[in-house]
Amino acid sequence: MPQIEVRGLAKTFRVAERLPGLAGAFRGLFHRRMRDVHALDGIDFDIERGELVGYIGPNGAGKSTTIKILAGILNPTSGTCRVDGLTPWRDRRRHVSRIGVVFGQRTQLWWDLPVIESFDLLRDIYRVPPATYRDNRDRLIALMDLEPLLDVPVRQLSLGQRMRSDLAAALLHGPSLLFLDEPTIGLDAVSKLAIRDFVRELNRDRQVTVLLTTHDMDDIEALCDRVMVIGNGRILADGSVDGLRRRVRNERVLVVDYDSASEAAMLAAEGEGVRLVERDASRVRIAFDPERLPAATLIGKLLAQGTPHDLFIEHPPIEQTVAELYAEHDMRER
Amino acid sequence: MNAAALLLRYLSISLRGQLQYRASFLMAALGNLLNCLIELAGIWVLFDRFGTLSGWSFAEVAMFCGAVNATYAIGELLATGFDQFGTLYVKTGDFDRLLLRPRSTVLQLAGHELSLRRLGRLLPGLVIVGAAWAALEIPLEADRVGLLAFAMAGGVAFFFALMVLQATMCFWTTESLELMNILTYGGVETASYPLPIYHRLFRRFFTFVVPLACIGYFPIVAVLGVDDPLGTSPMFQAAAPLAGFAFLGVAMGVWQLGVRRYTSTGS
Amino acid sequence: MKQTPRIASLPPAFGSWRDIRPLVAVVSARYRTLLQYRAAAFAGFATQLFWGAIRLMILAAFFAAATEPQPMNLTEVVAYVWLGQALLGMLPWNVDADFRQQIRDGTVAYDLLRPLDLYSYWYGRTLGFRVAAPTLRGIPMVLFAMVLLPLAGLGDWALIPPASAVAFAGFVGSLVLAAMLATAVTLLAHISLLWTISGVGVDRILTVLVTIFSGLVVPLPLFPDWLQPFLNWQPFRGLADVPYRIYSGNIPPAEIVPELVFILVWTVALVLLGRLILLRGVRRMVVQGG
Repeated sequence: MPQIEVRGLAKTFRVAERLPGLAGAFRGLFHRRMRDVHALDGIDFDIERGELVGYIGPNGAGKSTTIKILAGILNPTSGTCRVDGLTPWRDRRRHVSRIGVVFGQRTQLWWDLPVIESFDLLRDIYRVPPATYRDNRDRLIALMDLEPLLDVPVRQLSLGQRMRSDLAAALLHGPSLLFLDEPTIGLDAVSKLAIRDFVRELNRDRQVTVLLTTHDMDDIEALCDRVMVIGNGRILADGSVDGLRRRVRNERVLVVDYDSASEAAMLAAEGEGVRLVERDASRVRIAFDPERLPAATLIGKLLAQGTPHDLFIEHPPIEQTVAELYAEHDMRER
Repeated sequence: MNAAALLLRYLSISLRGQLQYRASFLMAALGNLLNCLIELAGIWVLFDRFGTLSGWSFAEVAMFCGAVNATYAIGELLATGFDQFGTLYVKTGDFDRLLLRPRSTVLQLAGHELSLRRLGRLLPGLVIVGAAWAALEIPLEADRVGLLAFAMAGGVAFFFALMVLQATMCFWTTESLELMNILTYGGVETASYPLPIYHRLFRRFFTFVVPLACIGYFPIVAVLGVDDPLGTSPMFQAAAPLAGFAFLGVAMGVWQLGVRRYTSTGS
Repeated sequence: MKQTPRIASLPPAFGSWRDIRPLVAVVSARYRTLLQYRAAAFAGFATQLFWGAIRLMILAAFFAAATEPQPMNLTEVVAYVWLGQALLGMLPWNVDADFRQQIRDGTVAYDLLRPLDLYSYWYGRTLGFRVAAPTLRGIPMVLFAMVLLPLAGLGDWALIPPASAVAFAGFVGSLVLAAMLATAVTLLAHISLLWTISGVGVDRILTVLVTIFSGLVVPLPLFPDWLQPFLNWQPFRGLADVPYRIYSGNIPPAEIVPELVFILVWTVALVLLGRLILLRGVRRMVVQGG
């Protein structure tokens, strides 16, 4: 049985429309127009125990709504959801004692307390047995390299240090399911890597199921075997990262740097399976379809025209893939 | 860890936190102290000019004033998390964090902060009660002291309930409503004076709807040992503080409704 | 960042007339924010009504025992109380929660980056904070107390019309000055927050001073006679006591102009004081990095 089972989940919010300007604000004082917003429009998915799933989509697509429902802090308008046999929002307190949640933009630690005291307090809140707590705490401290931070008040931590502490805090009670909402937002490169390594190990060694929302596609590529794309409250795609790319458009971008703009200007980049994306001073970007034109062939052709200073292949940013997915989806709607 | 022990842990943490901001805390405590004294000063000014308030003496009114201030201070002390609920939890979405923990939200909010600055109102309140007690030469009998303590316990429940209700409103509107100040600060002010000076409608409201007089005026009349101009019996006066606890029960029910609403609107 | 102190010209708070445009924008934004919260607007109104009623009942109970003439009669006291309720939000009894938050999370540093005279900019923001709520709330309150109460047969508790045309003009003038004074006082409290980490502090004490010395707790003329010389010189009476008594005629027309000058002088003094303290606050903020 899947660990998470979601069927026909829908959530509709009623929001008051705000009229612009001072006059509008006055009118709003007495009369308010309400509008329904369909944050989730009937979504279905299963997540098996031990999966590491990326959940992406633009702001307002329904990501947070989904996470909040799965975490038990928001009731859906309709649909069902079972997590480890429980309906999260009906059995909230039992459910939340088995899951861990990290919101990248908010900390669950106590601002004025040293990290270790926040941990101790969470032990009491979650009623973690002392031996289990010691084990979990020591393992997490070692894994996340938290030893030097333990006596520092949370308000003095850097964002990266805080995120590491927050992740550890979410795992002290040994949850088998972890929701990560934008865990790498605003972090420096080193911290991002540390977080990714940690999440990967956690998933691999402890079989913790992870649902990760992020805007950073590097997170997705580095961690997730499976990715779900949500847009306008519906799941638009669900599968492997590569599969998603192929499904939309199998296109890579070759970036070619020359020493001078004049050399760049001379490069002719037209032909079968090739498309010029942009020409910017000494840099040229060419899109190509590797199934129709292998990268080696394309590079060979370019080298015949001149000697670039550097060249490398970019995946199209997933953002673009996703954007195209939406466009495609809108097309089908019509 | 059981609820009471966890609450104590929360509170000890809050105390340490406040000591980190000592200057702010001292200023705020001083502010509260002055606030309480000013209320008394206001009463004194009027007595100085007019001599009497429909037959009540300054010391008697001071007793009402001191008792309600001390009671309110304790209620507020325990309910700081609710008092600041709108700005600290709902506007920021941090209430989610409390819901994500396997403990009751009331417990977590009660443990949010034990705001020491409220002592600034408690201490002068108690001193005023003591001074009025002495000035009126009330005999120091166990049943009088016991009744005062019972009235204050009911009053703490009452004011805690008010703070919970105030916080509950934040689920419906994101701006903290001053409406509840009527009942909190306004309640303190109202209960600082004897009930009979108010219009009949106000008297009924504060007896039957929001039982402020049941934790202030009625039991304190019994403590003072005077006849109630409103004609209530000593029996009723002694039992009246129970209404404070009943009020707390109602508030808890309303709070649960609010939480249910929050989890269906997400805001 | 270096700040040159400016000597106040009229209006005292503004570095120059150019600063008025952002001020207008800030005030208008404040109104729009307030209007979004309609529940709060209605709730605030009910709150003020309640307080007014309680105060009146207390004062009337005292007046019932009065045997000799008092410095104010009950009608004047009733006007004093209603005007106090209508204009409560204008009194500098609290600080702007947004501002407090800004100090707490350090985003106040952005204000240093704005190409404006900091004091003027904050004065504008604070003026918006001080004036927006009472104008929305005050007018319905006055209508209620002046028109509805007599209609409901509670004429004894109604707000009387201004004592005379002169009194009314004086009242309006004093109100404008009181708003400027209130802003200067609030701004002092705002600036003081720069010195406390958590942004709680001096403002609490200020609340106390303002409520008692403006006349909000008990109308100032009812204080003991021996306290009157002191009460007459402290600045807070310009916030409420003076305008309300001009309105009811308790301050006779001949004394209106000196009273207006009184408020103005205090306003200028507090603005200068605010500028001086802000200068030190900014220096401190720059040195400590917020």
